[in-house]
Amino acid sequence: MATFTLPKNSTVKDGKRHRAPTGAKNVKSFRIYRWDPDSGENPRTDTYEIDLDQCGPMVLDALIKIKNEVDSTLTFRRSCREGICGSCSMNIDGLNTLACLKPIEEVKGDVRISPLPHMPVVKDLVPDLSQIYAQLRSVEPWLKADSPPPPDGERLQSKEERAKLDGLWECILCFCCSTACPSYWWNGDRYLGPAVLLQAYRWIADSRDEATGERLDALEDPFKLYRCHTIMNCTRTCPKGLNPAQAIGEIKKLMVERQG
Amino acid sequence: MSKITDAREAVMVGRRSDGSLVRRPLSPHLQAYDMLQLTSALSIAHRITGVVWSLGLAFLVWWLVAAAAGEAPFGKAQWFFGSFLGVLGLMGLTAAAWYHTLAGLRHLWWDSGRGFDLPTTYLTGRAVLIGTGALTALTWLMLLIAWI
Repeated sequence: MATFTLPKNSTVKDGKRHRAPTGAKNVKSFRIYRWDPDSGENPRTDTYEIDLDQCGPMVLDALIKIKNEVDSTLTFRRSCREGICGSCSMNIDGLNTLACLKPIEEVKGDVRISPLPHMPVVKDLVPDLSQIYAQLRSVEPWLKADSPPPPDGERLQSKEERAKLDGLWECILCFCCSTACPSYWWNGDRYLGPAVLLQAYRWIADSRDEATGERLDALEDPFKLYRCHTIMNCTRTCPKGLNPAQAIGEIKKLMVERQG
Repeated sequence: MSKITDAREAVMVGRRSDGSLVRRPLSPHLQAYDMLQLTSALSIAHRITGVVWSLGLAFLVWWLVAAAAGEAPFGKAQWFFGSFLGVLGLMGLTAAAWYHTLAGLRHLWWDSGRGFDLPTTYLTGRAVLIGTGALTALTWLMLLIAWI
């Protein structure tokens, strides 16, 4: 069900302000969502003033600087710092993206940072992804084939068949798209969301996979697939420049085509 | 005990460091997201104009019923549609109808599997907005010419 307001325990209060060190000239404020399960209080927004002359160029650099030098209790996921692991996905300046790929200078005014939208918060910027992982599991994102592979090698594809997977295999499962989708916000209990549907299409489009019909059967459902209303927030926000909306469009087309 | 109606309820429960249960907050969505970006703004506008157009049809029904009911009720309806507020409302309805039609064509184009890339999406989105303005103006220009 669509509830446009936040529950009582989730409304965000004003928090602390950590001033920049005296003498700092190039100061930028980072307004960061904080929630500590141990405090028993509502989430709050803490403001950290950072001297950009003493900080790397990306939003992740600022987060790491804050954690190292200002407030070690700040909690967030990060790993590769080069947009390949998908850990540091969060809402920055109103759009979901990877903190490691988002240049601070692209943000006008204060940098507002909150967790991926409409998700349960584990702590600070860390959302609970177990629901979305379970949905990914449900589309069985692996090669399914009854015929055995050739005894002397791999299952081969032509260059054209392989090219159909371009724009799909690059997905790093950061879930920026799914959590940018209002349809997924309101119906995420049953709608699979753009990231998972793109994964489903990645295997439908794979020439080596022999379970296409079975996969389409599983998606033939008023909620799982058809809650996509082509809002296009997914494609707009994807930090890897992929097009989940198009992948969903292709699945819908296949659904119609197979009816003959 | 309250009934769980949403499967996501299960992940709303977390634990504190001492092991006791705590209800997790829901992260901000409409409160944090840039909903004025063209993609979602045009999408919600499509839905709103659809509703507005449907409600507008109620006025058309009133007009027809009034015409069938006789001179006095029809005069009343005519007076309303000719008033400043009535004309303003009709102009709004025309805009809503044109927007919903053009955005609907855009959705049809998407449903054929085309126009999903971001530059095209923005191009067609802006075209819908400009088209709505132009066609609404044109409709009323023709109406006013026919009227006077």
